[in-house]
Amino acid sequence: MQDLFHIGGKALSSRLFIGTGKYNRNTLIPEVIERSGAEVITVALRRVNPDWEEENLLHHIPSHMTLLPNTSGARNAEEAIRIARLARAADLGNWIKLEVIQDQRYLLPDNLETIKATEVLAAEGFVVLPYMSPDLSAALRLREAGAAAVMPLGSPIGSNRGLRTKELIQILIEEAGLPVIVDAGIGKPSEAAEAMEMGAAAVLLNTAIATARDPLGMAEAFRAAVAAGRLAHLAGLGPVEQNAVASSPLTGFLDEVGAEA
Amino acid sequence: MSFYDILQTWEAFPFQLRLQGYREVDVQRALGKPKLDAEDLLALLSPAAGNHLEEMAQRARRITQSQFGNVIQLFTPMYVSDYCVNHCEYCSFSSIYDFPRKKLDMQEVDREAAAIAATGIRHILLLTGESRKDSPVEYLRDCVKVLRKHFASIGIEVNPMSVSEYQELGTAGVDSLTVFQEVYHRETYANLHVKGPKRNYRNRLEAPERGCEAGYRSVNIGALLGLYDWRREAFIAAMHADYLQTRYPGCEISLSIPRFRPYLGDFQPDSEVTDRALVQVLLAYRLFLPRAGITLSSREPARLRDKLVHLGVTKMSAGVSTAVGGHSQEGGTPQFEISDERSVSEIREMLYRNGLQPVFKDWDILVPN
Repeated sequence: MQDLFHIGGKALSSRLFIGTGKYNRNTLIPEVIERSGAEVITVALRRVNPDWEEENLLHHIPSHMTLLPNTSGARNAEEAIRIARLARAADLGNWIKLEVIQDQRYLLPDNLETIKATEVLAAEGFVVLPYMSPDLSAALRLREAGAAAVMPLGSPIGSNRGLRTKELIQILIEEAGLPVIVDAGIGKPSEAAEAMEMGAAAVLLNTAIATARDPLGMAEAFRAAVAAGRLAHLAGLGPVEQNAVASSPLTGFLDEVGAEA
Repeated sequence: MSFYDILQTWEAFPFQLRLQGYREVDVQRALGKPKLDAEDLLALLSPAAGNHLEEMAQRARRITQSQFGNVIQLFTPMYVSDYCVNHCEYCSFSSIYDFPRKKLDMQEVDREAAAIAATGIRHILLLTGESRKDSPVEYLRDCVKVLRKHFASIGIEVNPMSVSEYQELGTAGVDSLTVFQEVYHRETYANLHVKGPKRNYRNRLEAPERGCEAGYRSVNIGALLGLYDWRREAFIAAMHADYLQTRYPGCEISLSIPRFRPYLGDFQPDSEVTDRALVQVLLAYRLFLPRAGITLSSREPARLRDKLVHLGVTKMSAGVSTAVGGHSQEGGTPQFEISDERSVSEIREMLYRNGLQPVFKDWDILVPN
């Protein structure tokens, strides 16, 4: 049976979402898409340059992909809402990765403004995927506001530091009642696999692929890691113990010869 | 408390003594830390760090790649008026020079903008000399209205203004501000700025924070290296950037690394800034402020710019003329001699050759027309 993943009315088979920033040339993007198997790709509206075909990111994205325009550069709800509307007006579809960042030093999201923008955009018919700090009450409010998923950060954008917020993400996976897509901070395929093993619905990453020595090789590595992590999650991980466990040290005598049947 | 107050606390600091006192071990300690403090910054600007440029460069490159990716954003400055009431010892627009001054009317602004936009540039930096009479806020606002038709981001590099004036231009469509202190050392500042409103050190020093207050998306500052001891100047400029980043987390802060260039007069710089020194400053900025933008101007020669793009630079100018109307008209007096005269398409090719993507557009004007 195919392990499909539904979001915003679409059924997706790849659980790896990728980005478009940071590549040394946009012509790499079609090959990265191919090797990663991704079906969803995020694009910063600020980088979309419709006036120059060759330098326009969109020109390099095959039409079968689901575009996930993002509101990079928005510092508050109002700016994010404007950028989302501009994206829709530019024919980029109605999915929006909502990024509201007030802090330019660590690029950490502003959950409060993100919730406000989600309310407005969801009501306008956008499929809203908000980037957020992994906080359960914020996730519940985002769900109430109409978000289609939540996208908690593993660690700061571009840091490649992995799942530093693991415990909090695990809580979201169990309690948020929405698909959890881990976004930002994943630096290694093993970390993507870990997020998937935990039960994340998908992962989104850009820096780890775009700045690898061989971005295409890395795209393929992430594809395999995400698939492996997902399989492991579905197969059910065994319990984790601190020490080696003998099979039955306390009750073994019950099976010994001569024990009462 | 503004940066002016913070600067006071550094006035009596024995820079020379401290800079000379750093040893290799201090530089190595700074290079081993995930987050650098003021002491580390000073160590990286010290003579001892001069022997560690390669190590610093390797780290600077890694930081830049992870923070910004393999991309460099391009912009072009556009000079619309060279009327100036200031007398600054190092500038060709200085009021003491007698040359026919020029100011573009709106039709000319439109033609100049169209000529620049035709090269693919989408980020424009609007420049004027300082003259409240010839280039008042109303004139700049009119220019911005015209520029909006051609560009996705508009910055200004004009005389220091009040918060409300910056806001007025922000409402018209300006999203970023460039203002260089030129020289942070007070005595040198007083000596070089002989006449005019630019003599007001504090007014200029606090202009970047007024831009942040006005809600600008990005603010770019810098010390014109060579006017005073470059190590001290670079240190103060980086502290200034750090102050702005901390106080205004919503604003992207950038540093420029302009180096003194020949101009009309015969002023000679106080401290020679060699290529090695320029590189040391660039690397120290990047390591101390991993998230700051670093802007490289066309003052530097092509052969050097082609190498500096790997060391932490995030933005560079291309297709530059520092004369008023220089893209659509003949004649005009340049503000300073540029060194890298390559066209936008030549810079684009150079970046691709170096494994970097030129980014022409990285914003959309959000304020309604």
